[in-house]
Amino acid sequence: MGWTGKILRIDLTNGTVNTEALNMEWADKYLGQRGLASKYLVEEVDPKADPLGPENKLIMATGPLTGTCASTGGRYSVITKGPLTGAIACSNSGGYFGAELKFAGWDMVIFEGQSPKPVYVTIFDDDVQIRDAGGLWGKSVWEADKKIKSDHQDQMIHVAAIGVAGENEVLYSCIVNDLHRAAGRSGVGAVMGNKNLKAVAVRGTGGVKVKDFKTFMDATNAGKKVLKDNAVTGQGLPAFGTQVLMNVINEAGAMPTRNGKDVQFESANDISAEAMAEPRRSDGKPNLLTNQACFGCTIACGRISKIDETHYTVQNKPEYWHASGGLEYEAAWALGSATGIKDLEGLTYVNFICNEQGLDPITFGATVGAAMELYETGVIDDKITGGIELKFGSSEALVKCVELTGKAEGFGKELGLGSKRLTEKYGKPELSMTVKGQEFPAYDPRGIQGMGLTYATSNRGACHLRGYTVASEILGIPEKTDPLETDGKPGLVKAFQDATAAVDSSGLCVFTTFAWTLEDIAPQVDAAVEGNWTVDKMLEVGERIWNMERIFNNKAGFTAADDNLPERLLKDAAKTGPAKGLVAGLDKMLPEYYDLRGWTQEGVPTNETLERLAV
Amino acid sequence: MQVTLKLFASLTPFLPAGAERNAAQIEVADGTTILSLLDSYNVPREHCHLVMLNGVYHAPEARGSVPVSDGDHLAVWPPVAGG
Ligand code: SF4
Repeated sequence: MGWTGKILRIDLTNGTVNTEALNMEWADKYLGQRGLASKYLVEEVDPKADPLGPENKLIMATGPLTGTCASTGGRYSVITKGPLTGAIACSNSGGYFGAELKFAGWDMVIFEGQSPKPVYVTIFDDDVQIRDAGGLWGKSVWEADKKIKSDHQDQMIHVAAIGVAGENEVLYSCIVNDLHRAAGRSGVGAVMGNKNLKAVAVRGTGGVKVKDFKTFMDATNAGKKVLKDNAVTGQGLPAFGTQVLMNVINEAGAMPTRNGKDVQFESANDISAEAMAEPRRSDGKPNLLTNQACFGCTIACGRISKIDETHYTVQNKPEYWHASGGLEYEAAWALGSATGIKDLEGLTYVNFICNEQGLDPITFGATVGAAMELYETGVIDDKITGGIELKFGSSEALVKCVELTGKAEGFGKELGLGSKRLTEKYGKPELSMTVKGQEFPAYDPRGIQGMGLTYATSNRGACHLRGYTVASEILGIPEKTDPLETDGKPGLVKAFQDATAAVDSSGLCVFTTFAWTLEDIAPQVDAAVEGNWTVDKMLEVGERIWNMERIFNNKAGFTAADDNLPERLLKDAAKTGPAKGLVAGLDKMLPEYYDLRGWTQEGVPTNETLERLAV
Repeated sequence: MQVTLKLFASLTPFLPAGAERNAAQIEVADGTTILSLLDSYNVPREHCHLVMLNGVYHAPEARGSVPVSDGDHLAVWPPVAGG
């Protein structure tokens, strides 16, 4: 119950489709989605496998609450070995695709091998087919979505597709579902492109059964009431979206700006939630049209925007005049603050293109920021950029870059490598703001110390969604801690990482945790599936998942030396704001973190830890 | 003395006339505390969740005793979050 109990295994090399029973023993130890699919991956893929080779697998996985009426129960994750990092990758997405997969009767789909020619897969309940994608290859995510629905004469189909970026194996290409929801990070789209898999189209007409219907309704209704009554999830997120953080983080002096040279962006307010809601001078309309919810979500934090039709980016392109996914905080930061650009309409256009072509806007924006620093310091010039004047603050330069990157044309081909490979190529690796090859997002660890440890130890490379201590350090959720202090942060980071791994395995959105704790979540899971799901069991499962991911990465060749931060954060003190004079105090936190994890000081789980968790 | 008052998200309407987007330059008397300043602009106390003076958070219990000084920036948000 909660589970359909069935998974699909699709061998793209041989063009075969097989079904299997879900491994319920593993479901009891790893829950679902991130945890369970990672278990399948670590059992089936050699950690040393080439991420962009037929030996890598790509798993689309739901959680036990996906497709149920639990609030936000529409999530699915893509699990694979990530090409940007070489580490285990797990990218989570909302929208409607995950729930539809469950309605079609499947908990998980495992894609293996590599198709000899472009294909797409249709999953219409039990009818699963690998189809020729000759007519889709080369098309954008949006065109592919439209064509698939039209070809199959069903507007209710939900599509997860790669754009041209994924086809070109841009190392940070993403998988976009429902037009603008994305499994965004670590380059999962490149793996799909490497498999010659353009899209997965799903239509399900079944429902999802739960273990104990009455208890489930009581638990999910109680959960919805908590979300509604909480000022953050009931009012703040629906009204302002994640973008409200733009001014908060800037004020706190933790806004990585111009490739991390500064910690405050003087134009942050021009690209903030408040600016999005303000009538534009040009046409009197605001950038933000409305908010939007993913499947079953009672928070509805999504942003739907419309670009000013007179803006230079779309003046002659009416195809971009419609409403679409607008700027979320991380995208606005990467495209704006990391590059020093304050052109809200321009950033919205670039965000549209990232969705249309299937690019992770975080890594894309941060990579352009690094390239701008290479350009401004004379390391690269117009000859290399193909004439793009890559100056901090130039909206025109960013727009040219995005138009080239997905297509892997000109300098876009180099940008498609991500900042680590790009800066290494030009002999300036210190200018890459990455951990394990992945760009860190919108929080500067000099001003939010816990995030330094979060980035350094994240199993998928630098990331905020693996342990969002910003909630405590800045927002006071569940309780306020001092962002400039390193004391107590190892425990805080570990607690966030373990709890998040459990939430990511449930089918729920991590944003619920601004109001919910595992005390709210465990009863919903427990009423849906067998297994006596208590808070303690969820935490244990979270910790087990964390260790399993770590072991995969260690076997892939990562060591404690990779639990590090860019030199800039460790050596160049913040110049302004409350963190002025501070660097990231990673050395003060990491040894204690390893101890708390039950790892050696080399970052390896001890035998006692492995036995305790039965990994 | 002059202080910059910044009210964000749903608190913006409490800014005085002449404010630019989310900020207003205001004149305050010596001895003004965070709390007395916010009270004087009728910003509902229960909505003042994140209160940062020059970027540093001050808890509700401290707001009545922390004075503001010339050139300070006082920024306030209702309960918000993102990610
Ligand atoms: S909170 Fe936002 S991201 Fe999460 S499920 Fe709801 S709309 Fe989607």
